[in-house]
Amino acid sequence: MNITFIALDEFRTQMEALRGKGFDFLREMVGMDWGDEGLGAIYLLENSATGENIQVATRTTDREHPSISTVSDIWHIANIYEREVFDFFGIIFKGHPYLHRLFLRNDWVGYPLRKDYDESEAVNPVRMFSESNEKDFYHTVEDDGSIKENPDNLFEDNEYVINIGPQHPATHGVLRFRLSLEGEFINKVDVHCGYIHRGVEKISEKLTYPQILGLTDRLDYLSAHQNRHALCMCVEKAMGIEVTDRTQYIRTIMDELQRIDSHLLFISCAAMDLGALTAFIYGFRDREKLLDILEEVTGGRLIQNYNVIGGVQADITPGFASKVKEFCKYILGKLQEYNDVFTNNIITRKRMVGVGILSREEAISYGCTGGTGRASGWACDVRKRHPYALYDKVDFKEIIYRNGDCFDRFLVRIDEIVESVRIIEQLIDNIPEGDYKVKTKPVIRIPEGSYHAAVEGSRGEFGVFIESRGEKSPYRIKFRPMGLPLIASMNTLLKGCKIADLMAIGATLDYVIPDIDR
Amino acid sequence: MKKPVIKSIPYEEFKDNETLEALIEEINKERTNVVVGALDDLINWGRSNSLWSLTFATSCCGIEFMSVGAARYDFARFGFEVTRNSPRQADLIMVAGTITHKMAPVLKRLYDQMADPKYVVAVGGCAISGGPFKSSYHVLNGVDKIIPVDVYIPGCPPRPEAILYGMMQLQRKVKVEKFFGGVNRQQKKGDAVDNTPLVITNVPQEITDKEQ
Amino acid sequence: MYDFSIITTAIDQFLRSLMPSGLAIFIECVLVALCVLVAYIMLAIVMIFMERKVCAAFQCRLGPMRVGFWGTLQVFSDVFKMIIKEIIDLKRTDNMLYNLAPYLVVLSSVLTFSCLPFAQGLEVLDFNVGLFFLMATSSFGVLGIMLAGWSSNNKFSMIGAMRSGAQMVSYELSIGLSMLTLVALSGTLQLSEIVARQSHAWFIFQGHIPAFIAFVIYLIAGNAETNRGPFDLPEAESELTAGYHTEYSGMGFGFFYVAEFMNLFIVSGIASTIFLGGWMPLHIPGLEGFNAVMDYIPGVVWFLAKTFFVIWLLMWVRWTFPRLRVDQVITLEWKYLVPIGLVNLLIMTLCVVMGWTL
Repeated sequence: MNITFIALDEFRTQMEALRGKGFDFLREMVGMDWGDEGLGAIYLLENSATGENIQVATRTTDREHPSISTVSDIWHIANIYEREVFDFFGIIFKGHPYLHRLFLRNDWVGYPLRKDYDESEAVNPVRMFSESNEKDFYHTVEDDGSIKENPDNLFEDNEYVINIGPQHPATHGVLRFRLSLEGEFINKVDVHCGYIHRGVEKISEKLTYPQILGLTDRLDYLSAHQNRHALCMCVEKAMGIEVTDRTQYIRTIMDELQRIDSHLLFISCAAMDLGALTAFIYGFRDREKLLDILEEVTGGRLIQNYNVIGGVQADITPGFASKVKEFCKYILGKLQEYNDVFTNNIITRKRMVGVGILSREEAISYGCTGGTGRASGWACDVRKRHPYALYDKVDFKEIIYRNGDCFDRFLVRIDEIVESVRIIEQLIDNIPEGDYKVKTKPVIRIPEGSYHAAVEGSRGEFGVFIESRGEKSPYRIKFRPMGLPLIASMNTLLKGCKIADLMAIGATLDYVIPDIDR
Repeated sequence: MKKPVIKSIPYEEFKDNETLEALIEEINKERTNVVVGALDDLINWGRSNSLWSLTFATSCCGIEFMSVGAARYDFARFGFEVTRNSPRQADLIMVAGTITHKMAPVLKRLYDQMADPKYVVAVGGCAISGGPFKSSYHVLNGVDKIIPVDVYIPGCPPRPEAILYGMMQLQRKVKVEKFFGGVNRQQKKGDAVDNTPLVITNVPQEITDKEQ
Repeated sequence: MYDFSIITTAIDQFLRSLMPSGLAIFIECVLVALCVLVAYIMLAIVMIFMERKVCAAFQCRLGPMRVGFWGTLQVFSDVFKMIIKEIIDLKRTDNMLYNLAPYLVVLSSVLTFSCLPFAQGLEVLDFNVGLFFLMATSSFGVLGIMLAGWSSNNKFSMIGAMRSGAQMVSYELSIGLSMLTLVALSGTLQLSEIVARQSHAWFIFQGHIPAFIAFVIYLIAGNAETNRGPFDLPEAESELTAGYHTEYSGMGFGFFYVAEFMNLFIVSGIASTIFLGGWMPLHIPGLEGFNAVMDYIPGVVWFLAKTFFVIWLLMWVRWTFPRLRVDQVITLEWKYLVPIGLVNLLIMTLCVVMGWTL
């Protein structure tokens, strides 16, 4: 992957020029610590109309007060990405409206992803008291280059602010929203992440590639298989390993099975959030049938650990094909049942139609890929944009809806189950004979350079960026979170909505918190 | 010695009976009279069959916890039916998933908000010891550093059957306790909380001043 | 037909023969209160068990199985646990109101419960504005909920309480209107008289179309009154954790829990009394033999059977529908149910005046 470096002072104008050329989708922003060469960030841009990709980067050698111009007004998503980079590297973005730690506590000492970070417990012990609001501040850069700390003034004193989360049934995990309410109406939202920030990227810098594979499954546990697929693909691409056809078939089928699994869970949880508990249990009932198949092949129910570099862990079981075919037939019948019980219910429609509208432009600017983006009319499927595995050989439709409201986001997932079934049915009878795994070297070292691979996860584009220095563990590894853009768009979606709409929107955006926080 | 009975599973088939027997021994050091003992049995029967858990899930284990509640595994059969969303009304907290530094005070607070008698079940490797993320700068290596844990359910994530088994172990523990003696819940010196110097439990002065 | 007034009169005479009438009345009051409370608790336990089993059946599960035969003792163990649970005293709450609120809710539902005519002669209070009294007592339960939400000093509770205030006060209107429709048909507010006038046909058959519309409105509004899904916004689990009773533990929460179920019973009991004939057996005019056979089944059985049928209907609704949003709840009431109810009342009056009833 070629990265073009831009000088600091030209950075802002160059980026504006790129946006003018139609690069409207900021795929990824990778904060980097190049050591002596400085701190900075790599921007992966894509032109959503032509599909052209470009990688640019900028860096500064000042380690005390590193600062880069912000691009948060050019791409909406940069706002939250820059907060992430600030949190991990301490880079101050000039002109950013609210530069505040994203994942870590505001009294955290140091910036963990810098190479000179002191990890000892003495510096950052487990603090058992709540974060104080007095110490809450955000950073701005003054004209003379000094850094100023401004007190947190997001909410006025007389606003009715409530906390949804971190322990709350509607947040699907540990996410925290601070809502400013006016009666039932929501005025402002502030999203707090980091309650499940496990520092995966930092741990990975000390682990070998096969060891890192184990962590990818636990990022977004509902697209465990796709996540691992992405990392395997990236390493294989870097090392020039060619996997066998059989592996490709198995991987593609398993990806799609995982997608069905995830979407079934999505339907269940959406039903639960809207209060229809019976539909929730129905979804889980059918998911168990799918988990049986996955378990027989991989040995795991939720986390499968199936892909390895160069192939898959074990060959498929003899009865696999017939069981999958049986399941495909079964699930298509059950979709009708969900529609009868839940989708076509008048209350469901009233709750979802026209609620939380995300326009196509906003979806691109926020980088909301996956079902959310496609519900807004943006053809963002990685399987079509950058085909991998067998997706250029099979015939499937990219589901696209236009309205971008909750109901469309819900329908996209239901239709995608049908498409996944179609893909599986095309492949399942033609799995070629051959090895399920190619031999690799015992110690895997990636040649020096930067590598990137992306797959379509269950809820968006999942990307892996590896910067290697030729060691057996990466110099820097970055996973593109599928959920972070969705969270970032929350403020736009929620304006003028009611509390109950927050549940509908949260449910249909379909985020998984460990994937956001990593 | 009275042994706790779980329907359709013989006592010998449970693992780690030694810990339970040691617990029974410690509890039964002081004799109680017959009436109180019988009342204890009745109350323990009620408590052990009605363990309502707090819906608390941080990551993967939470999905398996949901599976346990769903059609195939259905923990309602054992009386763990109702999951309460308010900690005040819950009997046990299932710590399902990784607890990070940022989450630790929240978990502690949730635990403090629960009404006695309360129990803690640590589900999955992360809650037990930090699991695969043990070496991370932001992960608490085991919830027993901040709250007392009654049952550990290992796995990554544990299978639904394992969670059910863990819940049965908790039932056994509840059954041998004495509600009227109150021996179980007295915090003694040397509890897990006091042993760990790395955990700051004393709040800085300026924050305590603010809260008062 | 068994007439329970024979038994009650006998007891009354026996007591009066032993002691002065003032003391006798006092003892009778205590006895009645005991009976009502025991019946209340037993029915609550049956209802909770039924809810779990019905819900499990809808969701392809089994429900409680291990405690007692088919889980029959499950609710008893819950009760034991609930009683011994710690009651948490909260800082910075309005302590008196906080402790008072659950009792208000339970009081309202016990009072209403005691008005129900279980069988002929088996009613605590039978006076000429019975239905009116029943509505009055049932409507102050909302007070307890509002107080609970207000005094907890919790923002979730507060929102839940405000929601329930808006919702319950609104739906009171529809309940009143549909009851009024039936009063127009029956011509009396006395509960024993209402049941007696259904001896040849239940009101839902007598009043045919308008009565049926009133029945449907009553079921919807009654469901909303009891805060059960799809109208369970005040305690919407996925939105407000536990709504107005978020801060209550132990028996405080237990009272809310029991009162919710008993309100369901009361709503269904009223429905069965004023629409389905209460304890009156099913009579078909012209089939004397059939009617005589039906009379052999005791009135209590008829009443409970009808009530539990209505309860089952409401449970079916609860476990099928998603939850409404707060503005939709209010819209449904004020823009649809109230106008329909008013027109329906007019139609019913017209029917009664023109003699178009069965």
